[in-house]
Amino acid sequence: MERHAEIPLGSVRVRSVNPKKFAMWLFIITVAMLFAALTSAYLVKQSEGNWPEIVFPSLFNTTSVIIVLSSISLHFAYIAAKRNNLLQIRAGLAVTSLLAIAFLIGQYMSWGQLISQDVFFVGHPAGSFIYVFTGLHAVHLIGGVIFLAIVLYNAFNYKVHSKSLNQLEMCVTYWHFLGGLWLYLYLFLVLNN
Amino acid sequence: MSVADIQIEKDLHHDGHDDHHEQSFISKYIFSTDHKTIAKQFLITGIFWALIGGGLSVIFRLQLGFPDMELYWLKPLLGKWITAEGKIDSEFYLALVTMHGTIMVFFVLTAGLSGTFANFLIPLQIGARDMASGFMNMLSYWFFFVSGVIMFISFFLETGPASGGWTVYPPLSALPQAIQGSGAGMTMWLVSMVFFIASTLLGGINYITTIINMRTEGMSFTRLPLTVWALFLTAILGLLSFPVLVAAALLLVFDRSFGTSFYLSDIYIGGEALPHIGGSPILYQHLFWFLGHPEVYIVILPALGITSEIISTNSRKPIFGYRAMIGSMLAIGFLSFIVWAHHMFVTGLNPFLGSIFMFLTLIIAVPSAVKAFNYITTLWRGNIKFTTAMLFSIGLVSFFISGGLTGIFLGNSALDINLHDTYFVVAHFHLVMGSAAFFGMLAGVYHWFPKMFGRMMDERLGSIHFWLTFVGVYLVFFPLHYIGIAGFPRRYYSFTSFDAFQTFTDLNSFVSIAAALTFFAQFIFLFNFFYSIFAGRKASLNPWKSNTLEWTTPRLPGHGNWPGAIPKVFRWAYDYSKPGAKDDFIPQTVPLSETPESNLPNEVEEAKAEAKK
Repeated sequence: MERHAEIPLGSVRVRSVNPKKFAMWLFIITVAMLFAALTSAYLVKQSEGNWPEIVFPSLFNTTSVIIVLSSISLHFAYIAAKRNNLLQIRAGLAVTSLLAIAFLIGQYMSWGQLISQDVFFVGHPAGSFIYVFTGLHAVHLIGGVIFLAIVLYNAFNYKVHSKSLNQLEMCVTYWHFLGGLWLYLYLFLVLNN
Repeated sequence: MSVADIQIEKDLHHDGHDDHHEQSFISKYIFSTDHKTIAKQFLITGIFWALIGGGLSVIFRLQLGFPDMELYWLKPLLGKWITAEGKIDSEFYLALVTMHGTIMVFFVLTAGLSGTFANFLIPLQIGARDMASGFMNMLSYWFFFVSGVIMFISFFLETGPASGGWTVYPPLSALPQAIQGSGAGMTMWLVSMVFFIASTLLGGINYITTIINMRTEGMSFTRLPLTVWALFLTAILGLLSFPVLVAAALLLVFDRSFGTSFYLSDIYIGGEALPHIGGSPILYQHLFWFLGHPEVYIVILPALGITSEIISTNSRKPIFGYRAMIGSMLAIGFLSFIVWAHHMFVTGLNPFLGSIFMFLTLIIAVPSAVKAFNYITTLWRGNIKFTTAMLFSIGLVSFFISGGLTGIFLGNSALDINLHDTYFVVAHFHLVMGSAAFFGMLAGVYHWFPKMFGRMMDERLGSIHFWLTFVGVYLVFFPLHYIGIAGFPRRYYSFTSFDAFQTFTDLNSFVSIAAALTFFAQFIFLFNFFYSIFAGRKASLNPWKSNTLEWTTPRLPGHGNWPGAIPKVFRWAYDYSKPGAKDDFIPQTVPLSETPESNLPNEVEEAKAEAKK
């Protein structure tokens, strides 16, 4: 892609990566480290024994499907942006936002399912960890929703198109990361139970 | 497609800033997005905190050195923390050591050191107009500022500031019933740290992005000055380790304020069992030290980078083993993540695991020794200029060696049973990390002061400051090794109540006097610093005859650093005393084609290629 080539132009040169995108990746690394620390803590704690078995909320399956769908719809918006199909960009972003909110509601309801089987935030760490994983993931996801809303707003102002993709691309990267993060967390919990 | 991107680049490079528009006082000095101003803000805030942190240590040294002294005269300062008998309140003593540690490690040697020099040197030495994001950079400082304000306010709480040690181990730090300091003071400590971590991460993301994306033409990674390399690796370490501290602190917040049991289990207070079940305080230690150990290198690496630069410049010799220096920093950075359990040898850690961590820990001696040898071999037969910055750099090397040697003892899991949490540990890290990093910071201030403020600091006062501090640091920390080997534990309020330690009373008094004198010697620096900002001798453009890019800027670089185009770079930063050259230094901006008399055989081809362009 010519966008990634090095273009000398007087004193201005275009480097291979856009600094803002690069900073975005670094931010993703910090979030990944945060969850790596928490899941490691889970393993360390679990290895000490005395670990009650917890049945995970069935809603987790539903929300997992929802977040995968939201990633697909966002990618759909991205492809539309590359083709300058403004209507599809907006539709894709709007659907993604709705799915994101559905995911958050689903996660919240799954806490209800946990409570109904007497697993509370306050109590044995085995249960508390599930709340921390989902809660902290939700906090980052809310940040993602705000990002989506900004991009959607810009899309309605004709600012997202094939010549102005950076913001959307960053949003897509972050969103796929959040989706992957949730799948990792869920898989991690299932495999370690 | 390329059109859109170039506009973005222009945005980032501030290319339109040659016409210098007037800024208001607030946007120029307070909410500035200029990396040089932000660096100065970090520096002055760091100096403020260093004074408080140092002052606290003098107060608790009074208690240790002169346990019978009546301290009524401190009442105006400390109020009710001086008891009716004229003694320091024993719980407040714990708060003093806790805050001393927290302030020095995080506020002075992380924010004050990395914050100052990463902000100041990265754009200037890689040839960039500013940081990748000036706004994030400004946020980074103001988050640090807020974090400092919160920590400062915690001193004035009824129950006092946090007092569970700078590592804030639970359950002590998790239960307000345990000590006063685990009440509101601890909450504020945690809130303050959240802001601090946010500040560090914002800064770190910016530093890494800037170094990777915004180097000037010709500034390849193998031509980067070692300061930038060190700051780069420091930022990466911070980026990987501080989120882990967030995780540790978050779980602690939940335990303290929401009643979860991540770190708590089977605790009885006053015969009553607490409801917490299933937690483990060791879990906190794992998480904390996964940050805590890299943090040690976050503190020392920038100082080592600054020293590399200063020693090479003032020896008028290329740094010995440039690539080995980079390699050893990479090795130290990598190893720092897999040695954390050496802080936990006596927590009931599996002895087999202990021996693995011991082995990994001792490997760090190798890259550290590479660095020490390279400093010494750079000095060897150099044409040494004993500037104040150079003196402090050599002082750093001395501390790095003498403090590093005791690390080999402490890294041994068997010896650690005896030495753990004694004054031997205190002596070790104060030399190798505390004083060494502090000297690196001072060296940096003396060396780059002319670029920061356009004036010179007084060299004679500087030398006096150096010798008093250098001798003082050894007088303080050397005797602590003996007290530590004798088994005296750190953080204890009083040692005279134990017969075994009575013999050390005189030595402790001696240490306290030395500590107070060393502390007061810093006021020479303060006077020199602030006096020179306003009335120092005006600096020439390149007072140390140095090669790096920052010395090609005007005496007081404006917004955008270089008035014209950004200079191109043609060589590494260490062409000092190159055989055949007419001067004993060749700045990085001089093309090889202009120096045929001094080009090495491998550079001849390069010079030809350059000339064709």
